[in-house]
Amino acid sequence: MHTKRKNHPLLGIHSLLVMIFIYVPIGFIIAYSFNSSRLAADWSGFTLDWYVSLFHNRRVMEALGNTLTVAIAATVVSTLLGTLAALSIGKVGRKTKAGMGGLLYLPIIIPDIIMGLSLLVLFTQFHIPLGKLTIIIAHITFCISYVYVIVSTRLAGMGGQLEEAAQDLGANAWQTFRHVTLPQITPGIISGALIAFTMSLDDFMVSFFVSGPSSTTLPIYIYGQVKRGISPEINALCTLLILVSVTLIFLAQFVLNRGKGQKKQSVLPF
Amino acid sequence: MRRWRSGLGLLPVLFWLSLFLVVPMLIVVVISFMGRDELGNVVFTFQASSYATFFDSLYLGIYWDTIVLSVVTTVLCLLFSYPLAYYIANAGPRMQTWGLALITIPFWINFLIRTYAWVLLLRTQGVVNNLLIQFGWIHEPLQLLYTKGAVLLGMVYTFIPFMVLPIYVALEQMDKRLLEAADDLGATRWKSFWHITLPQTKSGIMTGSVLVYVSTSGMFVVTDILGGAKSAMISNIIQSQFLGARNWPFGAALSVIFVITSLVLIALFNRAMTSRHLAAKEGR
Repeated sequence: MHTKRKNHPLLGIHSLLVMIFIYVPIGFIIAYSFNSSRLAADWSGFTLDWYVSLFHNRRVMEALGNTLTVAIAATVVSTLLGTLAALSIGKVGRKTKAGMGGLLYLPIIIPDIIMGLSLLVLFTQFHIPLGKLTIIIAHITFCISYVYVIVSTRLAGMGGQLEEAAQDLGANAWQTFRHVTLPQITPGIISGALIAFTMSLDDFMVSFFVSGPSSTTLPIYIYGQVKRGISPEINALCTLLILVSVTLIFLAQFVLNRGKGQKKQSVLPF
Repeated sequence: MRRWRSGLGLLPVLFWLSLFLVVPMLIVVVISFMGRDELGNVVFTFQASSYATFFDSLYLGIYWDTIVLSVVTTVLCLLFSYPLAYYIANAGPRMQTWGLALITIPFWINFLIRTYAWVLLLRTQGVVNNLLIQFGWIHEPLQLLYTKGAVLLGMVYTFIPFMVLPIYVALEQMDKRLLEAADDLGATRWKSFWHITLPQTKSGIMTGSVLVYVSTSGMFVVTDILGGAKSAMISNIIQSQFLGARNWPFGAALSVIFVITSLVLIALFNRAMTSRHLAAKEGR
């Protein structure tokens, strides 16, 4: 690769500093989650107490239950709808395709605050009580786009030769889909589902507007605690949430690029 | 090539996004022209008073501050991110994989948690103050939290990954044969960067800048957690109109103004970038 530019040492130093800037604050949360001092002002020994007390905290467990219910429901529905859309978009005319493509990108582009408040307005105007159901609906709305982007990129990357071959050999549309298309896009679907799950798990902005008093999710719980100040339990909770999100994303990326000969694809929406 | 029988599979998504995305936004536009009673309920009358309220100097000032903060955040993110993205794109394959992973991870860490990290660092008893006192540089802890500086720091910190990734993608996808050609023609490194790499990666800069600008101006959490009473942004006002003050028509009007001005600014930025790009092409 002789077209690559050799990096100037100053560039290396700059990059290192930015990385330090990004990771040091996160590192402090993780470190303090193991600190036995309640005030977290200085280090006074290693402990796992905060993790233990987290699991005995009824409100945390309740929020965890809500978060998982919402994330699972939102993932299932958005994966189905997003995949269906990705499979169908190649079948419509150019104008419809452009219009639908734009509509499907809208949830990624629109600021979360606008999405949250407009859904709050909708639910209130139609007297739908705020709770888990309204959070699930909201999460499905933005998760669809992420699933769609990943699956449709995967579809575009695979070309149509195998499907044509299957049809030349006499397979009908269903057989072609079941035995040719589906196996090839499965990694995209799984990866999309993992991303949808992570997005739902981590969402605060939209949930903040459409959740009720009994449907607190983990990010909403964290927000409430952070507003009151720092606590070692929150450090532990944040550490766990970081761990889960990062693991899921790596899994999504791994599943997507596992196959040989596939064009490398990113789980990011741009 | 017959992949799927028809486009009917788009109908569920069309239905869902119309009902839960398009219709709610239209309702917000309608509500922005309505009034409200003493209880805060929306009353069905046509009026533009909510828009008139916006032109009160208080709200205009807050929106101006929001725009300034968002632009400064975008510029700082760009300055920090471009060299980093450039470094990763030009690094060896192993370094590239690692660099990309390291810059993707924070993208997926909840911004609430990343904002909270700065509370740990900046508060009076926090890491930064403790270190400064231990080094003997200060004797009394400084007020770092609840300042405008803390908000700017929090915003830049939160949105750097949004800038690095699109620029990296653009650097990866650019036509590298142009660089070879420039080398053959004897261009200096700086010259070929300025005339080839930078114009070729404008799409990445544009995507990153729009993402950072829109996200910053809509982000009420960072100001809420790191900012003081004086650092409220338009998004904090909007949020409180819907969840606190219950003045929906005013909140709706602010949202409409927010979205429209963002779109106009993005369009202007887009045009400025494109025309400069054309000029660069003609000059070659």
